[in-house]
Amino acid sequence: MQQEEQIWQWLEEVSDPEIPVLTVVDLGVIRAVEYLDEHWRISITPTYSGCPAMNEIEANILEKLKQEGIDDAQVKMVLSPAWTTDWMTEKGKQKLQDYGIAPPEGSSADKSVLFGEAKKVTCPHCKSRDTELISQFGSTACKSLYKCHDCKEPFDYFKCL
Amino acid sequence: MNKELLEYTLRLGDNALILGQRLAEWCGHGPILEQDIALSNIALDHLGQARMLLNYAAEQQGEGFTEDKVAFFRDVFEYHNLLILELENGDWGKTICRQFLFDTFNYFLYTDLLQSKDETIRSVAQKAIKEISYHAQWSAEWLIRLGDGTEESHTRVQSSLNDLWEWTGEMLTPDAVDDAMLEAGIGADLNSIKERWHQKVDQILELAKLEKPSGEWMQSGGKQGDHTEYLGFVLAEMQHIPRMHPEAKW
Repeated sequence: MQQEEQIWQWLEEVSDPEIPVLTVVDLGVIRAVEYLDEHWRISITPTYSGCPAMNEIEANILEKLKQEGIDDAQVKMVLSPAWTTDWMTEKGKQKLQDYGIAPPEGSSADKSVLFGEAKKVTCPHCKSRDTELISQFGSTACKSLYKCHDCKEPFDYFKCL
Repeated sequence: MNKELLEYTLRLGDNALILGQRLAEWCGHGPILEQDIALSNIALDHLGQARMLLNYAAEQQGEGFTEDKVAFFRDVFEYHNLLILELENGDWGKTICRQFLFDTFNYFLYTDLLQSKDETIRSVAQKAIKEISYHAQWSAEWLIRLGDGTEESHTRVQSSLNDLWEWTGEMLTPDAVDDAMLEAGIGADLNSIKERWHQKVDQILELAKLEKPSGEWMQSGGKQGDHTEYLGFVLAEMQHIPRMHPEAKW
């Protein structure tokens, strides 16, 4: 049990390859840390189906555990329940904001993003609400692109799916 | 091994793979940067869904099969994607039009697959439905923008719609595999999807000021492995490197 907590702490030091301020724990992709058949098994879930970072996340987790002396850990991909932005920690959302990416607002159960009007998002630079969606798709699969009418800066929004 | 389940899995996986491959051709050629990125993102979502499904198809076939083997070492007649997805991209209007017709179908299909009795297909659907809904909204918005845009955009997108229409019948027409999977509680009911698809298409075409084609004769064959000449070219580009270097690793 003690070692399980220790592993969670080590995982807190593995960052997301695309958004390095976030750890894999902040992102909410770690589903379970278990000791099974004399191996530690880490279950992870993809943020988006085609997220190209998943292979690297898996490699980084194994590398980190190896550094800490666990050579035979296994990483298992689980699909269900599907990841949503609700799995991201509050700390993770704050880090995103500080990094200049608007964190997901509200709950993923809010489907307004899918049907009809784009939602209003707070500019991570000047906190203005006077922002506009430029493109539903951004620099990575998990983001869309906005601009701020007050500070005139464009910014990424971590979309709520 | 359940033959119908395998073919059903391949149909879902091949749809995602072939459309993803076609859309990836737009990378670097989109009309504006944001839309170039949009199509690349959508292509990536399809590729991710394809990986999960082809991995499942490999599992069903047992030892010696992997997702890569399934994707790279099958020939044209062993592919089960819908014909509309292998057609050439054409101009931006044609790509959008195909995307809208397919996304709308795919949205209803995966909504129904959320209830599938097959645990893997249900899990994939839970993951994919959020992405597919997002695609469907994006392509409907673009169809409206082009249809209700300039005279040029309207003319071109209407002409694409007329050309693509005969390729839509296949997705809405069940065959023996669809019937068996529906009976087993694994697959979706295409007759019910057909109704919802027409409703949604009517609604969006009206907003886009586009005329619904009236042709009733439909192409078919892709689901069963009879393809157009285009698929060979898609596969040649997609498969040539793994076939030249079968054991290559990064």
